[in-house]
Parts: sequence; structure tokens; C-alpha cells
Amino acid sequence: MMTQRSTKSYGHCVVDAVGKVYGATEDEAEIVLKDCTFDVPAGSLTVLLGPSGCGKSTLVNLIAGYDKPTLGRITLDGAPVSAPGVDRIVVFQETALFPWMTLLDNVAYGPIQTGRPRREAEQEASELLRAVGLAGFQDRYPSQISGGMQRRAEVARALITRPKLMLMDEPFRGLDHMSRGLMQEYYLKLFDEHRTTTLFVTSEIDEAIFLADRLVILSYKPTVVQTVIDVPLPRPRNFQMLTSSTYGQIKDQALGLLYDEALKAFDPGKAAA
Amino acid sequence: MRTQPLDPMALGGSDADDRSDSPRRYADEREKALLDAHQRAAGSETGRVRQMLVGSNLRYTALGFVAFVIVWYILTDLLTLPRFNFLPSPVAVFTQWTSTDPQYGISVFTPIYYEHILVSIRRVLLAFGIAVAAGVPLGILLGWNRTFYNLVFPIVELLRPIPPLAWVPFAVLILPGVESSVVFVTLLAAFFATVLNTLLGVWSISDDYFRAAHCLGYRRIDVLMRVIVPGAMPYVFTGLQIAMGVSWFSLVGGEMIAGRSGLGFLIFDAYMQVALPNIVIGMITLGLLGYLSSAGIRRVGAWLMAWQEKGRSA
Repeated sequence: MMTQRSTKSYGHCVVDAVGKVYGATEDEAEIVLKDCTFDVPAGSLTVLLGPSGCGKSTLVNLIAGYDKPTLGRITLDGAPVSAPGVDRIVVFQETALFPWMTLLDNVAYGPIQTGRPRREAEQEASELLRAVGLAGFQDRYPSQISGGMQRRAEVARALITRPKLMLMDEPFRGLDHMSRGLMQEYYLKLFDEHRTTTLFVTSEIDEAIFLADRLVILSYKPTVVQTVIDVPLPRPRNFQMLTSSTYGQIKDQALGLLYDEALKAFDPGKAAA
Repeated sequence: MRTQPLDPMALGGSDADDRSDSPRRYADEREKALLDAHQRAAGSETGRVRQMLVGSNLRYTALGFVAFVIVWYILTDLLTLPRFNFLPSPVAVFTQWTSTDPQYGISVFTPIYYEHILVSIRRVLLAFGIAVAAGVPLGILLGWNRTFYNLVFPIVELLRPIPPLAWVPFAVLILPGVESSVVFVTLLAAFFATVLNTLLGVWSISDDYFRAAHCLGYRRIDVLMRVIVPGAMPYVFTGLQIAMGVSWFSLVGGEMIAGRSGLGFLIFDAYMQVALPNIVIGMITLGLLGYLSSAGIRRVGAWLMAWQEKGRSA
């Protein structure tokens, strides 16, 4: 027995020719997503990488069911996604921990509401908080802990609901460089343990490659999927891999694609000319 | 070259064993010294409270009061300004207030003074209680349900600007007894303040919290009790403070017009009898009661919303 970790067989999400237009009138209409097709294999950590403002969050909202695509369809394990549901959970850019609940309550209340016995839910919440390095903080309120700690508590709150698909929308944005690196390590440990199918959104190329089984690289608006790159680095991962040749090749390839898109995002006028 | 006194390695003795041990000892001593210094600087908790009370805060507050009374004294006793002779001087008010045999019948030694106070407090608490018990649920319902909002809120907004005293005639004609009409007039403004602030409180809750609750599988009732109610709480308490303030406003108006007792009646009666110091006594008493009741609400709010406090000391 090499490993007891089994890859989850559910959570396979397919985004099929999805397009999204915003704006109430014809004049205001803006094509945000033009044509996005990719899938998130069950049990994988798929990373959505693209320049800022390219519609990554829009895609997350569509998959979460907060909004409906103008064209195309999204399915989760074959069933079409049409509304928010407990099978998908979003970890937002800004913390959405309830400020009026302690960390333990924040993590434990979801499962309690959906019918798990309180004692069992609190036990598991405690264990998850310990796993994200917040063992002594479960009775604190979110305002009493640092931003990095809030992010970790939020990951714990998402994992406890055992979603089929976890949507992480730039969850480590705004953290300083060191905390971000540590968060990535913590998070990967959790992912290796739970193997919850995850779509992770970021605009940081190193973060993307370090975490991903598969990279989905988006263009600037109107957004299309440029390339899907598989990342064959073994798990568990460590920071030494960031200097391996595989890593270097993937980064070169991704950077080449991203650079042009970032340029368009940086100076749309020039790109149009 | 001499050893530098700040080098931690140099703090230990000169023999080899000691030197290998000294960095740790230095670190320990350093921690102890830091904690000692902190202790001395901060003092005990009671020391800090005492410092706050007798310190500059209170000193300036006292200075403000003294200046206020001096200006009052100058305006009334020293300068004989035209028409200001009606305003009793601080000396006259204080003498009357603390007299065992007050000239105008009201002082801290007369039971009637406390009867007026108690009647007013009872009316305010009753009105405030009804306003909150009805206003908070209504405000939450307005913020929660769009249809209900469209149905009811425009009416609330049309009724809200009507001054409570405009309701006095119908209140007296329709409601049984003086007491219920005074309480009704008192609760109106408080009710509207509570409804409006509760509604704003519900609206102030970030969409992210609703989305998170949705993802986490919260049922509608859980969203209400675990997200909307606590999320609106900061605004609700702002509303309650305003409500308490306007309760006292309207109470005095109601008591002046329809009352037979209470501080508003005391003031109006003193006016009719030209017992002018009593007016000032009534005013100061109202000021104190209003301040105390608002402070009480702030306390309860701070206690209920401990989660808002910043800082690491849980």
C-alpha cells in the first residue's frame, strides 16, 4: 500500500462553450466571457490563471450558480448548474467569515444546520481548525485574528461541508509574500488529505503552477480559454520543485501566453491598434 | 579593547562553561526585565482605571462644567441683561433643589419630585419597550422581504415626518385615559427611528454573508437568526439610542399637553405658577435621565456586540 489517499470520484465540473454578456441595454452590452470551455477533473486541483480583470470571478459566479451564463452550459457530475447549492462552496477574495460568530461556530454551524449532530460537527470543526494551525483560536472572533488566519479559518469552514467542488477565488490575495507562501503549503497539505475537487483562481503564476494539477490559462476580455496545461509535478509538493526543470518549462510556456494578455490588459488602447 | 557592555555574550562570567550558557541566560533576564518594565509602566488594571478617572479626561470635563455654570451665573446674577431676569441663577436653582423646605415645593427632599420622575421613567420605558418590540421585527421584515417592503415602507415614510405632537388630539380622543395617550405619543418617534435603523442595518449586511450562508446550507430561518439579526445589530443599537432620545423629547411634549404628572407636567406647571427654578430643575433632571438611559443602551450594545471589538485580547 503506497497510499491510502483515494482520488475523489465526484466533483467533475464541465464548462462548455460558456459566454457571458453584461449590461442592460444594447449600448451597454459588454462581452465579458466569449467562449470558455474546460473541465475540472474529479479529485483534481485545477487552477484558473489569467490577467486581472479578465473575468475569472465571473466564471466562479457562474459555476457557483449566483449568475447564469448567456450562452453555453455548466455541469457538475453531469447535472446542469442553475442555482447555488451546497454541493459547491466558494471561498471569497474578501473574508466572509461571520464576524459575530467565534471561529468554532463559523466552522461548525454549516454542518449543524444541515443536520449533523452538534457534538460531532464541533469535534470535526476543532480538528479542522487544528489542521489549519488555529488550534488555540477557536473561541476568538474573526476581528481578533490576522488576515492570514481568517483565510485559513475560511478554508476550514468550506472543507467541513464536504462539497463536491470547492471554488477558491483568489483566496490568498492581499496577504504578504511570506504568509502567502505558508498558506500555499498549508492549503496543499489539506488538499492532499481531502482531495476535494477544486477550482482555484489566481493571477499569480508561481502560485498557480505550485498548486495545480492542471492550468487553465485565460485571455484578456472578451475572455477565451487560451491553453490548458497539465502540471506533472508529483505530490506532495515542496518549494524545491520550484527550481526543477519541469517547473521551468511550464512557467516559460505560461508566461509567454500570459505576457501578451497582460499587455492587452495593461494598455487596451495599444492592443486594439 | 574592552568588552562592550551591550554584548550579550559578555554578560556572563569569564570561564568557558558560563559563556556557552550565557546567551540563554541573557535572553531570560531580558524577558524578565521587559515584563518588569511593562508592569511598572502600565501599572495594575485598577491603576489604569483610576488614572482615567482622575486623569486629564475627567479634569477637562469638570473644567467644562465649571465654565458652563460660571457663564450661566454671569448671565443671570452679575449682568442684569434685559429679559434674562426670568432665567433663575445657578445659585437660586441649587438652593431650591437642595432645600428641605423649598419655596416652590420641589426639591430632592420632597416625595412629589420623585413621583414625577418615576411616572416619566415608567412612561418612557413602556413606550420604548413597545417601540422596540414592534419596530425591530418590522424593520427586519422590511429589509428581508421585497414585497412587504413595497407594500408598507412608503406608508412608513409618509407617517414618519409627522411630529408626534400632531397626534395628541386624536390620541386623547381615541385612546382610553391620559396614560395611554401620553405613552402613544411618546412611542411614535421611537418606533420610526427603530424601524428605519433596523431596515438600514439589514441592508448594510454584505452580500458575501448571504452567499456564504447559502453555500453552507443555512435554511431561511437560520439566515434570519444567524445572519440578518446579528448583522443588523450595530445599526439596531444606533437606532435604539436615537429612539431613547426621541422618547424623552416626545414624552415631555405629551406630558405638557395631556399629562397630569411627570417631568413635562412639572415644567409646564412651574411655568403656569411662575415657579421658575422648578423649570430648570425639571430640565436638568431630564438631561440626566436622558444621558443615563442612552449610556445604558450603549453598555448593553457593547456587551452584545463584543465581536466588534478590535484587538487580540479575547
